[in-house]
Amino acid sequence: MADTATKTEEAHSDHHDDHHHDQSFWSKYVFSTDHKVIGMQYMLTGVAMALIGGFMSYVFRMQLAFPDESVPFFGRVSSLEYNALVTNHGTIMIFWVAMPILIAAFGNFLIPLMCGCDDMVFPRINRLSYQVFLLSAVVLVISFFVPGGGFGGAWTAYPPLSANAEYSLTPMGSTLWILAVALEFVAFLMGGINFITTAMNARAKGMRMFDIPLVVWMIVIASILFMISVGPLIAGAIMLLLDQLVGTAFFNPFRGGDPILWQHLFWFFGHPEVYVVLLPALGIVGEIIPTFARKKFFGYKLALYTVFATGILSFVVWAHHQFIAGVDPRMVHLFTVTTLLISIPIAELCFLYIATLYGGSISFKTPMLWALAFVVEFLIGGVTGIHLGASGADIYMHDTYFVVAHFHYTFFPIAIIGFYAGITFWFPKWTGCMLNEFWGKVHFWLTIIPFNCIFIPLFILGMGGQHRRIYNHQHFSELATPEYQNLRIFATVSLIVMLLAQVIFFVNIILSLRKGKKAGKNPWKANTLEWTTESPPGHGNFKELPEVYRGPYEYSVPGRKEDYWPQDQKE
Amino acid sequence: MSFQIPIATSRNLTGVPTGRLGVWWIVASEIVIFGGLLAAFLMYRLHHGDEWAKEAGKTNIWCGSINTFVLLTSSYFVVLAHKAAGENKLQEAYKYIWWTIAGGGIFMCVKFYEYTSKIFPEWYYTQQIIEEKGIESITITTSVFWAFYFTATGIHGVHVLGGMVIMAIIAHDAKKGKFLHRVENIGIYWHFVDLVWIFLFPLFYIASGL
Repeated sequence: MADTATKTEEAHSDHHDDHHHDQSFWSKYVFSTDHKVIGMQYMLTGVAMALIGGFMSYVFRMQLAFPDESVPFFGRVSSLEYNALVTNHGTIMIFWVAMPILIAAFGNFLIPLMCGCDDMVFPRINRLSYQVFLLSAVVLVISFFVPGGGFGGAWTAYPPLSANAEYSLTPMGSTLWILAVALEFVAFLMGGINFITTAMNARAKGMRMFDIPLVVWMIVIASILFMISVGPLIAGAIMLLLDQLVGTAFFNPFRGGDPILWQHLFWFFGHPEVYVVLLPALGIVGEIIPTFARKKFFGYKLALYTVFATGILSFVVWAHHQFIAGVDPRMVHLFTVTTLLISIPIAELCFLYIATLYGGSISFKTPMLWALAFVVEFLIGGVTGIHLGASGADIYMHDTYFVVAHFHYTFFPIAIIGFYAGITFWFPKWTGCMLNEFWGKVHFWLTIIPFNCIFIPLFILGMGGQHRRIYNHQHFSELATPEYQNLRIFATVSLIVMLLAQVIFFVNIILSLRKGKKAGKNPWKANTLEWTTESPPGHGNFKELPEVYRGPYEYSVPGRKEDYWPQDQKE
Repeated sequence: MSFQIPIATSRNLTGVPTGRLGVWWIVASEIVIFGGLLAAFLMYRLHHGDEWAKEAGKTNIWCGSINTFVLLTSSYFVVLAHKAAGENKLQEAYKYIWWTIAGGGIFMCVKFYEYTSKIFPEWYYTQQIIEEKGIESITITTSVFWAFYFTATGIHGVHVLGGMVIMAIIAHDAKKGKFLHRVENIGIYWHFVDLVWIFLFPLFYIASGL
C-alpha cells in the first residue's frame, strides 16, 4: 500500500505544473474543488445566513420592546411567528453561522495553507460537503414559507412539542427543520474528516505535531469533538423524524416512550457543540495575540493539553441543561461538579492569552482589538456560567433571560467577534488588499459597545424573573412595569444600533477591495506558513511546497535582527 | 472539468494512506451513530425488563442466526479479495468481491422475508393458522421495542445495501487494475457493518429472557 502511495506522489509531481488553464466562471467559483474557493463559499453563505438571523433578532426584539405594534419591514408579529423567529434565530446562528464560518470557512482556508500543502486531501468530498451544506440552508429557508410556517419549538426541539404536529402547529415546518439540521450534520461530518485527515497526513516536511499552529489544532480537535458528539443526535433525529412522520413513540410518554431521552441525546451533542465552535475562535485569537504582541505564545503545549482536557470534560457536563427536567437529584450533583470543573481549563486558556500579552510590544490593530475583546467578553460569559452550572442557583435562573444573556455572552464572542477577528486578520491573505484601519476601528467600537448594552439589561431582567419564552410581557402584570419595559426598549435600541453598524464593515470591505493598499506577502510580519506565499495564494498555494524548521510563534527571538522568524526559513 | 488529485492526498505522514485514514474516520463517526441508538435502546430495555423481553421473544432467531453466519462469511470473502488485490490477481479479486456482494444479497433477502413475515403474516400463513396461533401483524408503530427493532435493523440494512453498491463499483475498477487500494478500504467498512450486526443480533434476538 505504501508503495502505491509513493508512486502516485511521483506521478503527480511530474505533471503538476500544467494544470488548469482557463476555466469558466462555473468551474472556477461554483464547482471548484479548490479549498480557498470552498472556504469562501462557506464564508459567504454563513454571512448571508447571519444577515437573516440578525434580521430575525431585530423582529422579535421589536415585539418585546413595543408589543403588538407593527414592526417596520415585517408587520405585526403573531405568537406563532414569534416562536418560529426565536427558534430559527438560534438554529441559524449556531448551525448556519458559527459552524460554517468558524470551522468550515476558516478550516478550509487555513488548514492546507498552514500545513503547507496544495489542497485538502479529499477535494471532491470537500466540494460535496459544501453542496450538501448549501442544500441544508435552502431547506431551512424553505421551511419558513411552507403552510403553518417555520418550526417554533426552540432550537433544542424538545418533544412532545417537536414530535406532534397538534402541539407545534407546524406539521411541515418541523419536519423540514429536522431535515435541514440533519443535512447540515452530514456536511460537517464530511468536512471534518477532511480537516482531520489533512492535518494528520498532509503536513509539510519537517512539521512535527507541536509545530502545528494553534488554530489548526483547535479546528481539528473541534472536528473530532463534533464527530463524537453528533452521532447520538443523528440517531435521535432519525427517531424524532419517525415520531413525526410514521407515528412511532420513541419520545411519547403515553405509548411507552420517554421525552427525556431526547434531551439526553440532544445535550450530549449540544454541550460539546459549545466547545466545537469555541475552540476555532480560541485558535483564531491564539494566532492574533502573539502576532500583535510580538511575543511567543505563552505555554503552547499547556494550551493544547488544556484543550484536550476540555474536550474530554465536555462530554460529561451535558445534563446541566436538564437540572429541572426531572433528572435524578444525585445526577444533578454530579453534573454540577463536572460543570464547575470545566471552567478551570477555559479560565486557564484565558490566563495563557493574558500571559502572552505580558511584556509584549502590543500594537492595537483592528484584529488585535477584536482578539482582546474576545477574551474580555467571553470571560463575562464564562463567569455567569458558574451561576447556572451550580444547580442551586440554576433552579431559580433556569429559562430566564439570565440564561439568554449568559449564552449570548459566550456565543457572540465566539461567532461574531471570532469571525471579525479572523476576517480582519486574514483578509489581506484572502484577497491581497488591506482593510481600512480607521473604519475597522469605528466598526469595532460600534459593535462592542451596543453588544454590551443589549445583554447587560437582559441579565437584570433575568434576575428579576423574566421567563425567556414570553411573547408579550404585557400579559404579566409583575413583568410589565415601566422599569422592566425601559430595559427591554434600551436593549432593542442597542440591537438596532449594532445591526446598523455592520453596514460599515461591508462598505469597508467593498472600498478596501477597490482602493485598499496591496497587502504583499506578509503584512503582519507573522510566522506561519500561509504568510510565506502570495496574497491571494494561487492555485496549488505555494510555488514550491515549503519545509518547516521551527514552531509557529518564534517572535522577538534574542539575537535575531528581525522580531519574527517564519517557520519555513532555515536560518 | 478535469480533476487533478492534489499532492496532499498522496502525503502520508502517519504511515496510513489518506484513503484508509478517511475510512477509519467514517467508521468512527458511524460507531457513535449506532452507539447512540443502541445506548438509547439499552436504557429502555433495562428499564422495561420483562415486558420487552416478551416482545424480543417474537423476533425470528433463525433468520437472525442465518444472517449472522452469512454476513460473517461474506467478511471472509472480502479479506480474500484484499489478499488477491495485494498480489495483483485482478480476476480473483473481482471474483471475491462479488462473492461478498452475494453474501450481502442473501442477507438482504432473509431480511426481506423477516420484515414481511412480521408486517404481512397473511403472505406466509393461511387465515386458519393465523387465527389458531394468534399471529398479529407487527409494524414499526406497534410498540417502542418494535420501533427500535425496525429502526436499528433498517439503518443497518441501508448500510449493507450501500456497501454492496460501492463494492460493485470497486469490483468494476479492480478488474481493470484501477484503485486497488480501495478494496482494502471497502473491506474495513464491511467489517464495521458486520460488527454492528454482532451487536444487533444479541440485543434484539438472543436477549429475549426466555
